[in-house]
Amino acid sequence: MKPIKAVPLRHPGRWLTVAVILVLAAMFANALVSNPLFQWDVVGQYFTSETILKGVGQTLYLTFVAMAVGIVLGVILAVMRLSPSPVLSTISWAYIWFFRGTPVLVQLIFWFNLAALFPELSIGVPFGPTFFSVETNAAITPFIAAILGLGLNEAAYMAEISRAGIQSVNDGQVEAAHALGMRRLLTMRRIILPQAMRVIIPPAGNETIGMLKTTSLVSIVTLPELLYSAQSIYSRTFETIPLLIVASLWYLIMTSVLTVGQYYIERHFGKGNARTMPPTAWQRLRRNFFTFHSPPPEAPAPSVTSSSGGIR
Amino acid sequence: MTAPMVTSEQVHKSFGHLQVLNGIELEVATGEVFCLVGPSGSGKSTFLRCINHLERIDAGRLSVDGELIGYREHGGKLYELHEKDVARKRQEIGMVFQSFNLFPHMTALANIMEAPIRVKRESAAVVRERAERLLDRVGLSHKADVYPNRLSGGQQQRVAIARALAMEPKLMLFDEPTSALDPELVGEVLDVMRQLADDGMTMIVVTHEMGFAREVGDNLVFMDGGVIIESGHPRDVLANPQHERTRAFLSKVLM
Ligand SMILES: Nc1ncnc2c1ncn2[C@@H]1O[C@H](COP(=O)(O)OP(=O)(O)OP(=O)(O)O)[C@@H](O)[C@H]1O
Ligand SMILES: [Mg+2]
Repeated sequence: MKPIKAVPLRHPGRWLTVAVILVLAAMFANALVSNPLFQWDVVGQYFTSETILKGVGQTLYLTFVAMAVGIVLGVILAVMRLSPSPVLSTISWAYIWFFRGTPVLVQLIFWFNLAALFPELSIGVPFGPTFFSVETNAAITPFIAAILGLGLNEAAYMAEISRAGIQSVNDGQVEAAHALGMRRLLTMRRIILPQAMRVIIPPAGNETIGMLKTTSLVSIVTLPELLYSAQSIYSRTFETIPLLIVASLWYLIMTSVLTVGQYYIERHFGKGNARTMPPTAWQRLRRNFFTFHSPPPEAPAPSVTSSSGGIR
Repeated sequence: MTAPMVTSEQVHKSFGHLQVLNGIELEVATGEVFCLVGPSGSGKSTFLRCINHLERIDAGRLSVDGELIGYREHGGKLYELHEKDVARKRQEIGMVFQSFNLFPHMTALANIMEAPIRVKRESAAVVRERAERLLDRVGLSHKADVYPNRLSGGQQQRVAIARALAMEPKLMLFDEPTSALDPELVGEVLDVMRQLADDGMTMIVVTHEMGFAREVGDNLVFMDGGVIIESGHPRDVLANPQHERTRAFLSKVLM
């Protein structure tokens, strides 16, 4: 038999769209470059200055620690929320209600000014003797205030995301684990959470990217993160726009890196679920962009069909 | 006569207003294959799930190997057991589900090894050896490193049986283990179960496979509306049902 020689479907519309976009992009780039008010030389001068780089470091560090607090606490809150204990579940509900219901900026200012409410923090027997006490202003540094404000707030959002993830896992999984003699927490850790990750990670990635930008709020508690660092320079030199461009470029670079990272983490947790791994970003780009004639190749057909249908 | 493996006395269970089990009275001897049949909604799964306390019973007494399930008796009163003790008891009772319920994020071998390592805290080397032996026994040695979604239904169910056996249970519960399978895959799962019965495992099997019940079963109970309608040796009940309801049911599932 002779194989069919098919002429692949052509997409002239794609070429046209690309041409139009390229022209528009060129006009925009020209406007940016030729307008001296943008002061690109100043942007270049500060882009890798020490103050800015330190700010970038602080922003990354804050994002990392606040997200770590948010994720760990969020998962704990979600497990509490779904626990059969009405006490734990109500505590979790109240936490989420409060921290989601008040602006994070207010929470930040509150933690920063905690000393005004409680000049001293102490550990001891309730209503009894004190073992240890410290001045609030010494304990709640701007960094601690920032982590408390951002992390505790984030936990409320991560709790809801984790809860959705946990609930997405088939009940049969819990039953199978319990039937094997696994207890509730072990089942959660070994069986439910790893499967819930597939649902949790995409929104958690968005949260991380959101957090990276939300850290800029911390500039108001005088923590030298990226935006504060840029401000500290332009308040001296009055080169406001170029320095905001510097900060924005760095935010863009960081969020782009995070997006790529998120993609690979998703691929990792998709293990055992997708029949074939989704393509990497680069494979997809190549497929969508450089194959203008042929439709994207289909994933190879599975050799065995399971009657349970799998997750997809 | 050895002591019975499972004893059920006047077991009642309802979901809200729906009375699902209405005084189940039965005994399963050690080493016996006990088949449970009945129309959809008659409470077969619910009863099976009560045996390992996936559901709690409302009244009656249910014991496995001489110990009450889910409760402790003290001074004439029943106290509900702590989760830890329920879990310990469940280790002795294997369960196989209609929908397999393999852990999709673990390979076949990891599925089998998970509970012995995490629950019984046995050494990984010992467990791996046993898991490989069990995979061989269900004819799937070559699938050890494969994830469940790459296995056929029959293969998944055989892994699920091996997973339950890895805990070295005294009793195995099967809830319609072949109902979700394509007809040509039913045989391979029944073969594994037949072999298990030959090895002397005590098994309670909810099934619509009357051929299997007749050939392998030692006892058969027909349930309807949460009560046992009749019971006896599978050959007798299937060939010569005494009750109208049993006859009506069998005429629908047989041949
Ligand atoms: N968790 C539950 N909540 C409420 N009702 C339930 C629950 N589980 C089962 N039921 C009801 O109890 C009745 C008995 O269900 P069960 O699953 O035990 O029947 P079954 O004999 O196994 O039927 P099938 O052959 O369809 O599996 C059904 O009417 C079912 O709708
Ligand atoms: Mg059932």
